[in-house]
Amino acid sequence: MLHEPAAKTGPDPAFQFKRRLGAWMFVLYALVYAGFVVVNLVRPGAMEIVLFGGLNVAVVYGFGLIIFALVLALIYSRACGRREKRLHQAEPQGGRS
Amino acid sequence: MNVLSIVLFVLFVAFVLGISFYFAGRAKSASGYYAAGGRIHWGINGIAFAGDYLSAASFLGICGMIATAGYDGFLYSIGYLAGWIVALFIVAEPLKRLGKYTFTDALDANYNHRGIKLMAAISTLLVSICYLIPQMVGAGVLVTPLLGLPHAVGVILVGLIVITIVATAGMTSTTYVQFIKGALLLVFSFVLVTVVLIRGLSTKPDQGGRVPHREYRTLAATESEGALALDDPAWQIAAVREVKGLRFVKLLSDGRESWWTAEKDAATGALKLRESQFTARLADGTQMVNGSPASKENELSQVGNMEAIAGKTGPEASTGSLNPFKFLSLVGDPKSRIKLWKNASFDDNGGRVTVYYPVFAAGNKVLRPGQRFKVEGTTTDRIDFLSLMLALFLGTAALPHILIRYYTVPSPAAARKSTIVAIAAIGFFYILTLFMGLGAMTNGTVNLLDDNMSAPLLARSFGTFLFSMISAIAFATVLGTVSGLIIAASGAVAHDLLDRYAKVIKSDKQKVAAGKIVAFAVGALAIVLGIIFKGVNVTFLVGLAFAVAASANLPSIVMMLFWKRTTARGITASIFVGVFSSIGLILFSPTMFELYGKDPLTAPFPLKNPGIVSIPLSFLTLVLVSLLTRKKAEKAAAPAV
Repeated sequence: MLHEPAAKTGPDPAFQFKRRLGAWMFVLYALVYAGFVVVNLVRPGAMEIVLFGGLNVAVVYGFGLIIFALVLALIYSRACGRREKRLHQAEPQGGRS
Repeated sequence: MNVLSIVLFVLFVAFVLGISFYFAGRAKSASGYYAAGGRIHWGINGIAFAGDYLSAASFLGICGMIATAGYDGFLYSIGYLAGWIVALFIVAEPLKRLGKYTFTDALDANYNHRGIKLMAAISTLLVSICYLIPQMVGAGVLVTPLLGLPHAVGVILVGLIVITIVATAGMTSTTYVQFIKGALLLVFSFVLVTVVLIRGLSTKPDQGGRVPHREYRTLAATESEGALALDDPAWQIAAVREVKGLRFVKLLSDGRESWWTAEKDAATGALKLRESQFTARLADGTQMVNGSPASKENELSQVGNMEAIAGKTGPEASTGSLNPFKFLSLVGDPKSRIKLWKNASFDDNGGRVTVYYPVFAAGNKVLRPGQRFKVEGTTTDRIDFLSLMLALFLGTAALPHILIRYYTVPSPAAARKSTIVAIAAIGFFYILTLFMGLGAMTNGTVNLLDDNMSAPLLARSFGTFLFSMISAIAFATVLGTVSGLIIAASGAVAHDLLDRYAKVIKSDKQKVAAGKIVAFAVGALAIVLGIIFKGVNVTFLVGLAFAVAASANLPSIVMMLFWKRTTARGITASIFVGVFSSIGLILFSPTMFELYGKDPLTAPFPLKNPGIVSIPLSFLTLVLVSLLTRKKAEKAAAPAV
């Protein structure tokens, strides 16, 4: 059933890096999300503008927000994974994350 | 009701119960019962996250709202998904690192404060109950067409099955139920969207020949000195009512009543009456549908179609198979004309009439916000929209049944990875919701009495098998989500309140037993609430639960992690203010006034969603109380000399 053994979490040398990166990525996404809300409130008519292939701003921006979330998540995961690996190699006696 | 539906439904329920009994042995300890022993693989947990999250609100509610209000329903998809960013970047790893079984554990890890334990447990309990209501409403919605049972029976059935699941095996079985259900939901939603695109668009959808397209008649009329007259002598005007700026006209023909809407042709100025559908409760209590007594054979017709597709009408407008982008571009074309349905209720002859009347919207107006959320309306309307989008964004990372799933994986890194799997699965599903909702809107599969039925009815337009599968999966969706919520609630009471706050739990075994008793109580309460809230759009109800969660829990989670001056009293006060301000504002909102049977315009709080007031209020409370109690907290924490 793909069960992994339970693990106790020890000190995480990459914790500060991950927290800072997460905060910045959150701010970035929040700005893009806020942009969507603001356009709807300030210039709702702009959501009707056709951008390409008959798709309007509302559809492209909406799908874009969903895809952007996944892209940021993958970048975040990759960056965290690499940093964890590097720091764990540098401090072999450090705790697991 | 048909045999295949019943067989699939029974198989699903049997399978779910089988999983519960199989895993029952692993739920003997508190760790096994509340956190699946912390041994779930991150990939399975990620799809189980999707299973937890893609509840009745997502599948039934969002599709229903898109089917009746276009893009406005999709706003929920965008907001719900965006919330996972907060979960991944801010909450996932720290919460896993700090907590054990419940969200309260993590919040209280650095403080060990009784106030936090009490308030966080109450908050978890209340948010879970708020979230349970739409799930139970969804259960009733599904069982009616699937098994031909009344709404209340569906709700009771779900309640009983879920109590059995939770009481037998706790979080382990819930996780595997959610994993299987989440995966099936993604696969069959994709299948449904594929067949919608293969069918394409037409102005006279007949559900693949299964249900003839219904044409609504128009009658020419004239008006002289305010009095209406009809050109056709076969019809007599029996009454005229002005409601919401519209004129509703009751006509008699061959002794049969019908209600029509009066409208002027924009081009010629000619007056005409357009046929509507209606329900009526007569003075003697008789229920009527479209002029005849209501019965299983006489129900409101399903609706939803395009009158013009990119300017074309009639048979030549039919498109045949479409790719996803062409489908969206044709629905959203300014020359497309989509028939949407509104309703108005008023008194007539001592009884009460509800008229369901068509309105026509250009495609470009349907595929942008504005049909339901009046982004071009009053300042209050705009603030309401802002409030909703804020609550959706901040609510996900504060939902107790989502937060406890972080404890089922072995490490913080696994928590992170499972969140990413969840974002991929949930994002994919939410893109599909736009196609399913618009598919229902254009295929004549919208139930006027309950838009929550749109996705299952769309599936039924492709035959019994797809309908049965989709409905059974949707039912499993409800089962899984309700199970997760009940575990979150039982953890709050048994672990947080009885064990850590009141210290009356003496053993691990007692804690599991207490959790099971609470599961029974919360399940029973959910059944009652699910019956009371019948007919309310489930995604709208979930939007309110998000507002409560975002107000009650998120400020304390974020500030605990990012503001060193946060104190235990600050957190306690913030949760208290967040919970009670958000619930209080909802109780005095226009939506609730409508449910109370009062005029929504007289509601003391003008917004439908309280988030924009209650979330900042909760943050502000935390900051102020933390600053005021900082010195006291430092003194208490200082070592004795």
